[in-house]
Amino acid sequence: MSEKKIDEVSGVPTTGHEWDGIKELDTPMPRWWVWTFYGTIAWALAYTIAYPAWPMISSATKGVLGYSSRQELATTLTDVAAQQADLRAAIAEKPLDEILADETLRRFATSAGAAAYKVNCSQCHGSGAQGSAGYPNLNDDDWLWGGDIDAIHQTIAHGARSESDADTRVSEMPAFGDILSADEIRQVAAHVASFTGTPSDAALAEAGAQVFADNCAACHGETGGGDAALGAPNLADAIWLYGSNEAAIAAQVRTPKHGVMPAWQARLGDPTVKQLSVYIHSLGGGQ
Amino acid sequence: MSLTTENAASEAFERIDAEAVNSATKRQPLYAARKKIFPKRASGQFRRFKWLIMAITLGIYYLTPWIRWDRGPYAPDQAVLIDLANRRFYFLFIEIWPQEFFYVAGLLVMAGIGLFLITSTVGRAWCGYTCPQTVWVDLFLVVERAIEGDRNARMKLDGAPWSLGKLSKRVSKHAIWLLIAVATGGAWVFYFADAPSLFVEIFTGKAAAVAYITIGVLTATTYVLGGLMREQVCTYMCPWPRIQAAMLDENSLTVTYNDWRGEPRSRHAKKAAAAGVSVGDCVDCNACVAVCPMGIDIRDGQQLECITCALCIDACDAVMDKLGRERGLISYATLSDYNANMALATAGSGSIDPARVREASGKLSGAVAHFHWRKIFRPRTFVYFGAWSLVGLAMLYALLTRDRLEVNVLHDRNPQYVLLSDGSVRNGYTVKLLNMIPEPRVIFLSLEGLPGATMQAVGIDQPEGRSLAIPVEPDRLREVRIYVRQPAELSHRGNERFNFVVEDKASFERDVYHAKFDTPEGSR
Repeated sequence: MSEKKIDEVSGVPTTGHEWDGIKELDTPMPRWWVWTFYGTIAWALAYTIAYPAWPMISSATKGVLGYSSRQELATTLTDVAAQQADLRAAIAEKPLDEILADETLRRFATSAGAAAYKVNCSQCHGSGAQGSAGYPNLNDDDWLWGGDIDAIHQTIAHGARSESDADTRVSEMPAFGDILSADEIRQVAAHVASFTGTPSDAALAEAGAQVFADNCAACHGETGGGDAALGAPNLADAIWLYGSNEAAIAAQVRTPKHGVMPAWQARLGDPTVKQLSVYIHSLGGGQ
Repeated sequence: MSLTTENAASEAFERIDAEAVNSATKRQPLYAARKKIFPKRASGQFRRFKWLIMAITLGIYYLTPWIRWDRGPYAPDQAVLIDLANRRFYFLFIEIWPQEFFYVAGLLVMAGIGLFLITSTVGRAWCGYTCPQTVWVDLFLVVERAIEGDRNARMKLDGAPWSLGKLSKRVSKHAIWLLIAVATGGAWVFYFADAPSLFVEIFTGKAAAVAYITIGVLTATTYVLGGLMREQVCTYMCPWPRIQAAMLDENSLTVTYNDWRGEPRSRHAKKAAAAGVSVGDCVDCNACVAVCPMGIDIRDGQQLECITCALCIDACDAVMDKLGRERGLISYATLSDYNANMALATAGSGSIDPARVREASGKLSGAVAHFHWRKIFRPRTFVYFGAWSLVGLAMLYALLTRDRLEVNVLHDRNPQYVLLSDGSVRNGYTVKLLNMIPEPRVIFLSLEGLPGATMQAVGIDQPEGRSLAIPVEPDRLREVRIYVRQPAELSHRGNERFNFVVEDKASFERDVYHAKFDTPEGSR
């Protein structure tokens, strides 16, 4: 039973299996194949000794080479930082207009700013900087506090109505609900709507002109053009932070909402704030 | 396995006819030692042809990177260059960008169909003549013969005990093999960089680490595969023989032992003739076995190992010449010719009688079928050739009509549009201009459609308008941010289709990208 079965045709031993007269040859492996096979086993063993591999109770074995993927990442990040050191130093030193004028610096600052934006700014302003009600759209050409590169830098660095920064942008629109009557508020809302479109009631808007001149024009201008120095929004354009219909305007007159933006200089450092400024300036509305 | 049920009344169990597969007595050694092959030097027409092919293929391999090709000041002057760092492939007057890699895929398709064509006509010609494994093994055998002598001397040396003489022969053989291997790996890297400067860098230790590593790896593979493993690569490792064997048909040429005229073989042909016994042409001299680099006996018939190098034909022809018989006892023959001749020789009797294929004069009978070159023209080869040329012509057409100026556009998706303070609507696009020639160009980008709209490019100081002139460096892609603005009075019309058009006013080249302009109305 247990003697070797030799296939008559090929002279090679068989495994002893037979299916409908078909036998399985037990051809020996070529030597190089077997040695390669042993080699892979040796390699695998050596690998588990050299590199972290075997799971132990609290952690895995460390491996004699002392490799760790975390360390490799840290090294890579350090290397990249070293490569970028010159660019970062230049951005830290140079004023913003020089950074904008230098193609290489501008590109680097734009990319770095885009990355910093995703981490720090997108939560309020949106991942495409498109904003939402109460949070300005940074792509357009309407700027509450000015849209040139230095004004943008000032706003990011010190924030708006930030409690932690003495140089923060401050403006406070009074709550006219305490000052004006309900009728006057409706009138002035209709008048403001008339700057950009057709008010619901022309007579109402007409009546609101005097209210506007008395109460609003000081900050927002005679024709509602706004004043970036005061953070007074332009009321005569197509862009509205809290809605453009008369009810929304009236609500903002009665009890104004004021957005708060944190000051970033202390938290991110000036080079990053500069990069953010260059990025925001590049979004299409920069002046 | 069969199951025998014994008489159920006497025994309550089944007796199974099975045996332990892995019982100790049946165990085989895990490996079979390679039996060394000592191919004898052959000479004849096929050997000469193989020398020629060897010179040509090695010449192409080693010399190609050194051919220069002037492409002007903005592109490398190497005729064949795979510039991985810049992602460009240069082949004579053709320059391929990564997105044009389908040309290489097309070449691979052509190579595949070409293989079908070659195999169906002349069998495993690739294996026997042009495969790098065959060529380098041949080269290594030349070295081996020069140092250790021909077959008998080598066998003697192999069996001899170690001595100073044997050691010096072996060391010098392996040293020269390694030198060839280094040169082989060295030649490979020249395809990937400027050959003359890399040559200097390699010897001054200034070349990139990857160059040395590549040379090292290819040195090892050349030495191991070509010098040490030789025929085992073809027999065990290569999938080609299996595929090629499946593509042979009864009209494909293969190296064939014509036993219809060779058998019955006899070492004593004269005695047999004197005794009146009819014997075949084969004198069992084993010349065909001695020259075979694969270590097979072609007289056993078509075998997987046979690479059809035809050296056995040369060896046998030389013997036939000496015996004064016709050449071609071993020859390139098709299965159909072979079968016809076999039928002639056996005449249905089941045994070969050489007298049946010979005239009374001793010459081969006129009824013997011979290969004629016209037999390669048959439907199968026409189909292969047709498919092969179709792919080739399609590629040629694509190559001749391809664009060297292209535009790709990415429409901003977040935000899709921006409402500006005057009520106009702005869309942002990332426009990629591809200047695919090695000369600087000014590319005109303009809007087609979208009436009233204007555009502006970030970082390019040109007035807002419907057309911009953008300089692009030679052989480069330039990415520009484009803001397209549509006035308020027109932006109520909803999303609109329009085109970005790029033009080279000098060469009249032009490319169009169909883009979309999003508006608040259209998105509502």
